[in-house]
Amino acid sequence: MSDTLLELDCLSVDYETSRGDLKALRDISFDVKKGEIVGIVGESGCGKSTLISSILRLTAPNTRFREGEIRFKGRNLLAASEKQMRDLRGADMSIVFQDPMQTHNPVLTIGRQMLDIQHRSRSPKAEKLARAARMLGALGIPDPEARLKQYPHEFSGGMRQRIAIAMALMSEPDLLIADEPTTALDATLEVQIIERLQELQREMNCAVLFISHHLGVIAELCDRVVVMYAGAVVESGEVREIFHNPKHPYTRRLIDCDPGHIKTRARVLPTIPGEVPDLAALPQGCVFRDRCTQAMPHCAAQVPPLSKLEEAHHAACWLNHGEVPA
Amino acid sequence: MFFYAARRFGLALLILFVAVTVMFLMIRAVPGDPVQIMLGPRATPELQARLTAELALDQPIIKQLMIFYGNMLQGDLGIDVFSGRSVTTIVFQQLPHTLWLIFASITWSASLGIALGAYAAAHPNTAIDRAAAAVSVSFVAAPAFVVALLSLLIFAVHLQWFPAIGAGEGFWDRLNHLVLPAFAIGLSWVGYIARLVRASMLEVMGESHVRTARAFGLSERRIVLIYALRIAILPVVTVIGVGMGFLLSSAVFAEIVFARPGLGKLVIDSITTRNYPIVMGSVLISTGLFVISTALADLINAWLDPRARAAR
Ligand SMILES: Nc1ncnc2c1ncn2[C@@H]1O[C@H](COP(=O)(O)OP(=O)(O)OP(=O)(O)O)[C@@H](O)[C@H]1O
Ligand SMILES: [Mg+2]
Repeated sequence: MSDTLLELDCLSVDYETSRGDLKALRDISFDVKKGEIVGIVGESGCGKSTLISSILRLTAPNTRFREGEIRFKGRNLLAASEKQMRDLRGADMSIVFQDPMQTHNPVLTIGRQMLDIQHRSRSPKAEKLARAARMLGALGIPDPEARLKQYPHEFSGGMRQRIAIAMALMSEPDLLIADEPTTALDATLEVQIIERLQELQREMNCAVLFISHHLGVIAELCDRVVVMYAGAVVESGEVREIFHNPKHPYTRRLIDCDPGHIKTRARVLPTIPGEVPDLAALPQGCVFRDRCTQAMPHCAAQVPPLSKLEEAHHAACWLNHGEVPA
Repeated sequence: MFFYAARRFGLALLILFVAVTVMFLMIRAVPGDPVQIMLGPRATPELQARLTAELALDQPIIKQLMIFYGNMLQGDLGIDVFSGRSVTTIVFQQLPHTLWLIFASITWSASLGIALGAYAAAHPNTAIDRAAAAVSVSFVAAPAFVVALLSLLIFAVHLQWFPAIGAGEGFWDRLNHLVLPAFAIGLSWVGYIARLVRASMLEVMGESHVRTARAFGLSERRIVLIYALRIAILPVVTVIGVGMGFLLSSAVFAEIVFARPGLGKLVIDSITTRNYPIVMGSVLISTGLFVISTALADLINAWLDPRARAAR
């Protein structure tokens, strides 16, 4: 068996809306290998959350899977039964959702919720609670036994985020999906959590699909990066390659205005002039064309394919094609 | 939780005080001399003077209010003008009948309504959901006195499944006598609560924490019954608490139609005979019931929802 854990193969996902179909994801292809950490970056609204909820098949009711496959351990999840999906969720793959303030049930104690997610284990209740407390401790929540008796509203946003990570790691999944898990944290805490996550990841040897607005964190944590723009992958490759030798103008712009470069920290990805195209009415050709300083006539004619430039480095830009067909 | 409860009941007492004071003043503001109305045109002046003194009607209004509260605190709501018995005794004799009726009505209608609503929300836009919606709406549209009359005619008179009048003797007989009136009062609530639970449930099922629960592979049953329902019934509890007023007025109809003893029947009888002390006493108890039930609803909500506990 190969060491590929998760494969996305030409995945296209639409949202049905009153304005017509919103093409949230188009032709997404990349893979995650066992034990590897893959980062996803891209502006707000580029489809990162859509992508990861599609993997777990926990999407909004108006989601339509148009094309492609999501294979996990070789099995196409889009064809799996609801029961098969449920058996995977919280066992082989876990997720940390984006908004930590809404992610826990407001009327049940954290202990109760951490107990419930261990529904597959047959250990006695006391043991499960002890495990939950250990996991909270591992993520730096002080006095975890006592805090298990508290409700979500009694924790700060940063703590809830850590609880969410602890819960996701509890089953020692093969794949951890984390949607901006450090956005609610301040800078020092972010570093701490990233380091803890790295240690735990090595201990458990799980693969991680990590979404962040923060390029510094991606560079620190990830082995590979996928850069998304307006619902498509524009570049993907190893972290060093992407940061030192970006091959797509969008990636270059991201790195140029990265807070790490301009020495001030920002919570959101720095803005690039221009607007993201309307996903319900996509223009012809390259989607980044309107904001690209190097756009050529050909960019308006045809969508550039995501082509392999080197081993493990793909980009979708006509600039990388020696001769552009006229 | 204890402090919350203490504070909430303190508030309830305050509301009760204000409500009763306003009511007291309103009754006194009604034109006409109550003594003359009660005793009729042919009473002797001596008799009128005695009753006026007994009811303290010759005192300034503030003094009357103080006397009223002073007596009330000692459990004395006055004397029935006709029988001479204590109003407190009379009212508390009738109260349990009404309490049982309301309790039975709300228990059956809330359990059925919550079950229907939760089921409909878990299977939205299916045939069962639509059927439940149709039934709910028609139930809501049925006023309690119409249902009371119809069920009396059908189930008591025609089919003779249940007794038609009275409250019964002994536990089972009482229960048997409760069925039709409780059915009549509760029916419109079933539909109302079902619609409320369905809407609130659908909203909760769309919240992120439900998605989190699903992301951990929890069974849909557990998610609906434990993770979502507990949040979805919060508004229902409040509505029932506040709806106590409507329940009391439906109980009046049901008690008349089924000739059941109870507060409602007592109030109607005493109004027709202008028996003011009894009217005042029953209205006081009804107001108390209403205030207590809203406080109870808030307490239940605080018990179900830790955020409500913290907020106050
Ligand atoms: N249920 C939905 N129906 C219609 N459109 C949706 C729905 N959910 C998301 N969208 C749209 O799909 C696009 C992608 O949204 P998504 O949440 O995946 O972005 P994101 O990259 O996670 O953004 P952020 O960084 O702000 O979290 C956005 O334009 C969004 O408005
Ligand atoms: Mg998102």
